[in-house]
Amino acid sequence: MQIKGRVYKFGDDIDTDQIIPARYMNTYDPAELAAHCMEDADPSFAGRVEPGAVIVAGKNFGCGSSREHAPIAIKAAGVSCIIASTFARIFYRNAVNIGLPILECPQAVEALKEGDQVEVDLVKGVIKNLSSGEEYHAAPFPPFMQGIIEQGGLINYVRERMKERA
Amino acid sequence: MSMTITEKILAAHAGKDRVSPGELINCRLDLVLANDVTAPVAIKEFSKLGLDRVFDPDRVALVPDHFTPNKDIKSAELALCVREFARSYGITNYFEVGKMGIEHCLLPEQGLVLPGDMIIGADSHTCTYGALGAFATGVGSTDLAAAMALGECWFKVPESMKFIYHGKMRPWVGGKDLILYTIGDIGVDGALYRAMEFTGEAIQDLSIEGRLTMCNMAIEAGAKNGILAPDEKTKAYVEKRAKRPYRFYYSDPDAAYVEVKEYDVSQIEPQVAFPHLPENSRPVSEAQGIELDQVVIGSCTNGRIEDLRVAAKILKGRKVHPRLRVIIIPGTQEVYLQALREGLLETFVEAGTVVSTPTCGPCLGGHMGILAKGEKALSTTNRNFVGRMGHPESEVYLCGPAVAAASAVTGMITHPEEVMGDAD
Repeated sequence: MQIKGRVYKFGDDIDTDQIIPARYMNTYDPAELAAHCMEDADPSFAGRVEPGAVIVAGKNFGCGSSREHAPIAIKAAGVSCIIASTFARIFYRNAVNIGLPILECPQAVEALKEGDQVEVDLVKGVIKNLSSGEEYHAAPFPPFMQGIIEQGGLINYVRERMKERA
Repeated sequence: MSMTITEKILAAHAGKDRVSPGELINCRLDLVLANDVTAPVAIKEFSKLGLDRVFDPDRVALVPDHFTPNKDIKSAELALCVREFARSYGITNYFEVGKMGIEHCLLPEQGLVLPGDMIIGADSHTCTYGALGAFATGVGSTDLAAAMALGECWFKVPESMKFIYHGKMRPWVGGKDLILYTIGDIGVDGALYRAMEFTGEAIQDLSIEGRLTMCNMAIEAGAKNGILAPDEKTKAYVEKRAKRPYRFYYSDPDAAYVEVKEYDVSQIEPQVAFPHLPENSRPVSEAQGIELDQVVIGSCTNGRIEDLRVAAKILKGRKVHPRLRVIIIPGTQEVYLQALREGLLETFVEAGTVVSTPTCGPCLGGHMGILAKGEKALSTTNRNFVGRMGHPESEVYLCGPAVAAASAVTGMITHPEEVMGDAD
């Protein structure tokens, strides 16, 4: 799967309260959540994010709460991929489970700037900076998780497991 | 080969003799839980599977605690969704308002989480139950939906990180201070993907409540789980509550740890974490004099009876500073009733605080104590992120119940000794 989009940069330790504040969590409607995506980190983000956007952030992205509303808000806002130095573990699982592509690549995070255009090859884990021509390589998903992604998310994976049991 | 307590519990639930860090395994689950915010998303995903039952209606716990008693119409609809699901799927452990408590205070108290258990919850503070010698970790709603169907979940076996707390704690120091100090040392991703294993003399000295507080905040260091060895105190706590068998696991003496940290707790002062990360912890002496608008005592971190006793000891016969609002939230109905019987609630009301029904409420900026722009709160909760308790330009400082109660009296961040003298 090829992804192409504009880079939106964020810092370290972006927590899930910044991604989607709890004051908006009396709903789980993706469009409503998207309208407040990243609000407490950058109140202008939801209004200016372009379709296909790539969020590039520092270490420990998505730390804090287990709220799946966070990756749902990001995905529904039109973000195509997140590249971070590291991800908090619950956010990492949630993103995979709902089919939001994420890559860990500190080298890309260091090099990419706000407004750069990037192309991402998820299967190969290759991130190409179209603005500078540079390439960065992220570690691919473990095969087990690749399997969940290939089956279209965790719920489809569970459906197969239930069939095996029946 | 030797194993840690975390590895032993994972191996036992994966049907294996042993597991090693990095290994991907499928584990049988003893309990899965969700709340009024995370359950509706899980229910939506679960419904896509078209199943007429959950894997075991006795092993799913649904606790509407975040925005309850319902704070607005949308929250009422979330709670309704959970209630209707619980009814139609015959969920035994659904806790309606009136029986409900803050989930991580409630489930240990009800004997639903036990030593040796394997538990996942759609709430990041599910790691609390490690205090009883269980493996417990937070997940998202889709993982929870899968677990409600299968009764199992996949895990990567974490590396374990050992923390040894030597010595005796000073007066007014508790589990909250030890964990804030630890997070201050290692950072909010200092234990990322790892198991935090708490050991040493000071951990043995901690009550079950203090241990629950410590494991509760393992997630604030990025950990997969927090855990400690069960002992006589654990046995005394669980044996009167458990309705099914449980098992004590212990780390082998030569088990492998990726890192070992040692602390002399006699050197640790009561702690305060400055905005906007739990890792910004400092001794209370460095925070003295910061003026406050609100104090909150409660939450899944510090809403247990011991926490309220500490607060009442300080507030007894004293008054809340006129500048402040002080909100005290017992974690469960049982805690509320116990506090009532012991006269703690009378102390709180006479001091000029508000006593609330159990709810997560202000901890996550839901309701029952939201901050305006520019306001400062001191809170016994677990997170001080930007906007956590209200306006994005408000500030939250974190501490234990003793510092919170002392500061409630003076109106500014205060060492409990200043209010109480040297007597503990």
